[in-house]
Amino acid sequence: MAEHTATAIESAAPPPAEETPDRRRGPDGAWFRRNGVYVGLVVLVLVNLVITPHFASTGSLRLQLVQVAPIIVVSLGMAMVIGTGGIDLSVGAVMALTAAVIPLYIGYGTLGAIGAGLLAGVLAGALSGSVIARVGVQPIIATLAVMVGGRGLANIMGGQIKSIRDPGFRELGSGKLLGIPWVVLIAIVVIVAVALLMTRTTYGRQLVAIGGNARAAALAGLPVKRVLTTVYVVSALLAALAGVLLVARNQASDPTRLGQLVELTAITAVVVGGTPLTGGQVRVFGTVAGALLMQLITFTLVAHNITDSVAQMVQAVIVVLAVYATVGTRMRRRSRA
Amino acid sequence: MAEPTAAHSRAPGLTEDDAGPLLTVRGVEKSFSGVHALRGVDLTLARGSIHALVGENGAGKSTLIKVLTGVHAADAGEVRFRGQPVAFTRPADAQDAGISTVYQEINLVPLLTVAQNIYLGREPRRRGLVDTRGLNRQAAELVQRLGIEVDVRAKLGSLGLGVQQMVALARAVSIDARVVIMDEPTSSLEVREVETLFGVARTLAASGVGLLFVSHRMEELWTLCDTVTVLRDGRVVHTGPMAALDRVGLVSLMLGREASDVRAGGTTDFGDSHAHGTAPLLSVSGVQVPNRLRGVALTARPGEVVGLGGLLGSGRSETLKAIYGDLHTTAADVEIDGRRVRTGSVSRSLEAGIALLSEDRKAEGIIPDLSVRDNIALAVMPRLSRLGIISDSKVDALVEVFMRRLQIKASSPRQKVRELSGGNQQKVLIARWLATEPKVFLLDEPTRGIDVGAKREVQGLIDELAEQGLAVVLVSSEMDELVEGSDRIVVLHDGEVSGELTGDQLTSAHLLTALAGGTPSDTSTSHPSTSDTGTAAGAGRSDRG
Amino acid sequence: MSTVETTPQAVGTSAATRRLQVVQRIQQQGALVVLVLLSVIASVQFDSFATGPNIRSIALQASFLAVIALGMTFVIFTGGIDLSVGSVFALGGVLAAWASQYGTLPALLVPLAVCGAIGLVQGLIIAHAKLAPFIVTLAGLLFARGLLLFISDEGATVYKVPADSGFREFAQGSFLGIGFPIWLVVVFYALGALILHRTSYGPTVLAIGGQEDAAELMGLPVARTKVITYTASGLLAGFAGVLIASYTSSGVPIIGVGTELQAISAVVLGGTLLAGGAGTVLGTLIGVLLLQVIANVINQVGSLNSNWQDLVSGAILLAVVVLQRYLAGRARR
Repeated sequence: MAEHTATAIESAAPPPAEETPDRRRGPDGAWFRRNGVYVGLVVLVLVNLVITPHFASTGSLRLQLVQVAPIIVVSLGMAMVIGTGGIDLSVGAVMALTAAVIPLYIGYGTLGAIGAGLLAGVLAGALSGSVIARVGVQPIIATLAVMVGGRGLANIMGGQIKSIRDPGFRELGSGKLLGIPWVVLIAIVVIVAVALLMTRTTYGRQLVAIGGNARAAALAGLPVKRVLTTVYVVSALLAALAGVLLVARNQASDPTRLGQLVELTAITAVVVGGTPLTGGQVRVFGTVAGALLMQLITFTLVAHNITDSVAQMVQAVIVVLAVYATVGTRMRRRSRA
Repeated sequence: MAEPTAAHSRAPGLTEDDAGPLLTVRGVEKSFSGVHALRGVDLTLARGSIHALVGENGAGKSTLIKVLTGVHAADAGEVRFRGQPVAFTRPADAQDAGISTVYQEINLVPLLTVAQNIYLGREPRRRGLVDTRGLNRQAAELVQRLGIEVDVRAKLGSLGLGVQQMVALARAVSIDARVVIMDEPTSSLEVREVETLFGVARTLAASGVGLLFVSHRMEELWTLCDTVTVLRDGRVVHTGPMAALDRVGLVSLMLGREASDVRAGGTTDFGDSHAHGTAPLLSVSGVQVPNRLRGVALTARPGEVVGLGGLLGSGRSETLKAIYGDLHTTAADVEIDGRRVRTGSVSRSLEAGIALLSEDRKAEGIIPDLSVRDNIALAVMPRLSRLGIISDSKVDALVEVFMRRLQIKASSPRQKVRELSGGNQQKVLIARWLATEPKVFLLDEPTRGIDVGAKREVQGLIDELAEQGLAVVLVSSEMDELVEGSDRIVVLHDGEVSGELTGDQLTSAHLLTALAGGTPSDTSTSHPSTSDTGTAAGAGRSDRG
Repeated sequence: MSTVETTPQAVGTSAATRRLQVVQRIQQQGALVVLVLLSVIASVQFDSFATGPNIRSIALQASFLAVIALGMTFVIFTGGIDLSVGSVFALGGVLAAWASQYGTLPALLVPLAVCGAIGLVQGLIIAHAKLAPFIVTLAGLLFARGLLLFISDEGATVYKVPADSGFREFAQGSFLGIGFPIWLVVVFYALGALILHRTSYGPTVLAIGGQEDAAELMGLPVARTKVITYTASGLLAGFAGVLIASYTSSGVPIIGVGTELQAISAVVLGGTLLAGGAGTVLGTLIGVLLLQVIANVINQVGSLNSNWQDLVSGAILLAVVVLQRYLAGRARR
């Protein structure tokens, strides 16, 4: 490869960088957008150490992590979709679909049921992905349709709450390895996998390139449609995995309730984590921190007797503020196509 | 808006406050993030005058119009309208004052009727509701007065483009405009439609309205306009009566080159002509793109730089895009080394060894939030990976070679491309394409918008690539670059090859004449109004300034 | 942006427009044809379908969605989307039921004030901060749902409309044997059509959806029109909540989940383009009726529960948008 390019005539070392004219809104704004989520997380942890009794106990921490693990898993899929400039509203419904499928296949063993549940998710993702990438329907509409249709299907298949009495699921939901719950371990594996996918693979680089400038990516010969289709499959797969984790933790499948409004929580985590809704970047650790931060905000409010409903309203305000911060005052609105 | 009935029925004409010029522009400056688009522009529009505003890409015509219509605010300078200083902040303000604009792209709503479009936002009312009958009647009267034949109740979108443009003009007139700015209104019209449009324009001028007319169809200027202002690089380089200029004179003003004054040494960094092979490496023929290209053909031999000349809208960029497979063609034959390439697919063209450096760096080139490294490796990522995992060492090696070779200035390969200067962004893109090891490199305005130093480096690089045996097709609006960089220039006019310059003909003078529509051998000035070239519906519909 | 593409767009305008009109017509008439066919089949298949009570019930059931979908129609005309309507609808219902203890007027005004304010804030953010409508209204969805849970003790309290309240009459009463909500829908849609065709606002909405930049260049009040549109959507969704509270004599916190999708489906089924800029008010009404007839048929088939309605709505919406793209894409070639 480097053969013909090595015939270079100039062998001078790259000169030092010149000034950087296009840096947006100065270093402070950019720095905060990138690191604000970590600052917020640290501050909130410190505040809780002071004001919340038993906050630092292992039990409390473990509970927090177990609760946030499925959110992190969903949010990472969402972050990838948002990285392409899209959105996936169907993640909650996919979780419900998985939850509805698991009891139907529990007779095939733990792995069989999990496999069936994940497959259901993948199919839903393939549906939205192909409609978006091949037909050109706006992501929000395609995934909205899958969201309502998927939830309906989940309710048809699942109906009422079914408790799952399977030793495998019990172990997955409440078992630990070296004191760390399986649920948390799986989330960690997913974090590492997504981080590697985004930084070390052609797929990850192509994904952000398409999100950053789809036209340029197409001119560079990138497989735009394939990448767009698969990103919705990956998002749905991760949502399905989150569904499995929740079913295991609850030892029950409740397709009606499971994953309600989780799409919004995931979008919030992604946006708070510094990933712009306009695409072109995926901030994996930012997203994880964003999910942790939102969990901690809810926890703090609830621990101090502020109700879920208020926490929900606070979350809504944070979403808008976070989006506003990432967009800034620039007139950047994604075109509809 | 006041009573629309009154607004339209009162013919725009002279009133007592109308002494002196309608519109005076003095020393207007405008820059966008440090890039000067207008540098001290002066312009005077007299009552009843049809004033041509001409200039090549990036000369500042569009910016000037946007300043006049309140889309942009000027950084400095003064605009006086009917003697009063004005500073519009919104298009609505300019319209309310009496300056209206007809744009090249029809800025109307296709699914509304003609009448609705004309009076949108200013409908006549009765008892608080829109008086549909009155609306239609008023609109019918207006279009009749302007000599436009159209059913005002028809949906705009169901009409031909010419009629739509006429409706846009009717809208502009209906607001009792004193100044009508027409930004390439004819670029998509048929000859007959153009005549009707001109008739309307003359009627308006006769009633005292001042018109500012932008067009890339040269012949129209002499037909319609009495005065001309030429912009180049954001400056006014000439203002005077239209009739005092001939076509070659106008083109030289636009391009900044005097036909009689061609400097010998040149201003570019290109070397002498290149030694090249005999068999064509790239061979293109019969490229058809509806409305834009009509059977373009060209060849390029290894080691040869073929220039593609032509004025705005002649189809230069379209030709490159069609060869690259990015533009849908109805017919095209592209061969590399005698092997036919299936057109219409970018990835197949890339595989066949064609690369295209696009004209629009921002929209079609850089991925702003990715690093220099990722931008360079973008197109060859799969080749630097195994099982989808990128080999960092291979990428680093490649990126290092190119950063060194092209002297890309960045703090590190990890720096985001958006933070680089224009010249360095361009070099990153060149590196991206060179990494694909192309045989044919199509360069569309490779030095536009980059600083002088980077420009020279890029020009030097083009020479170097040709020496290494690439076939290069070069599109440039800069005459020096085209003349000195090319071994041969294929001249396009109106989507067709209109001539070719080789050997001794490779001079600015010859190119000027060829661009102005004459033949290369005929360096004398052909009077525009008698010239018959380019009277057909122009392809002046691609790139505008 | 590249200017290279500008004129080809203009060249394509008339062809594109004709194509859009064809697509619209197929959809609009299509929805009507399907509605008629389905009704005929259902009348033959189920004895109880074509009976007075059943038809009245379909119309009544449809009226709530119809009110919401009217607001959504105008939002989609502008090229936007309002995902908050389901939550705002539920919030309006709970507020109305809660306020009905203070009289009929508060039961009307309190929900309208609150829901209108939510719409207003959303509109202001969308028009002035230029944030994407979907994210703003998604947050609005969450906020309205939170507010409604807050005032209903986390969903535990279901406010009842007092038995002697005149507020009940509002949606339960009838005139000439036809329920008030149906009359209201007729009035609203007539007003909607009037606004679309006989005010400056109507064409301006379409202009914004067609090409926002063009609307701006034509000097139209783009920001103000958007604010009005989202406010109206909030008001209408809140009013639908008022209706349902009066009709059911209670404020049920769990209603309205997925209603935004039904409203969007109805609008799209009615021939309005999701990309904005084109459509009719009457088409939306046909879309609403079609959805309601489908729901009714699903109910008539005893073995199917209401979850099928969600599945069918989702499938229909997906099918319609795919068809829309397909027809548009085919005509382009």
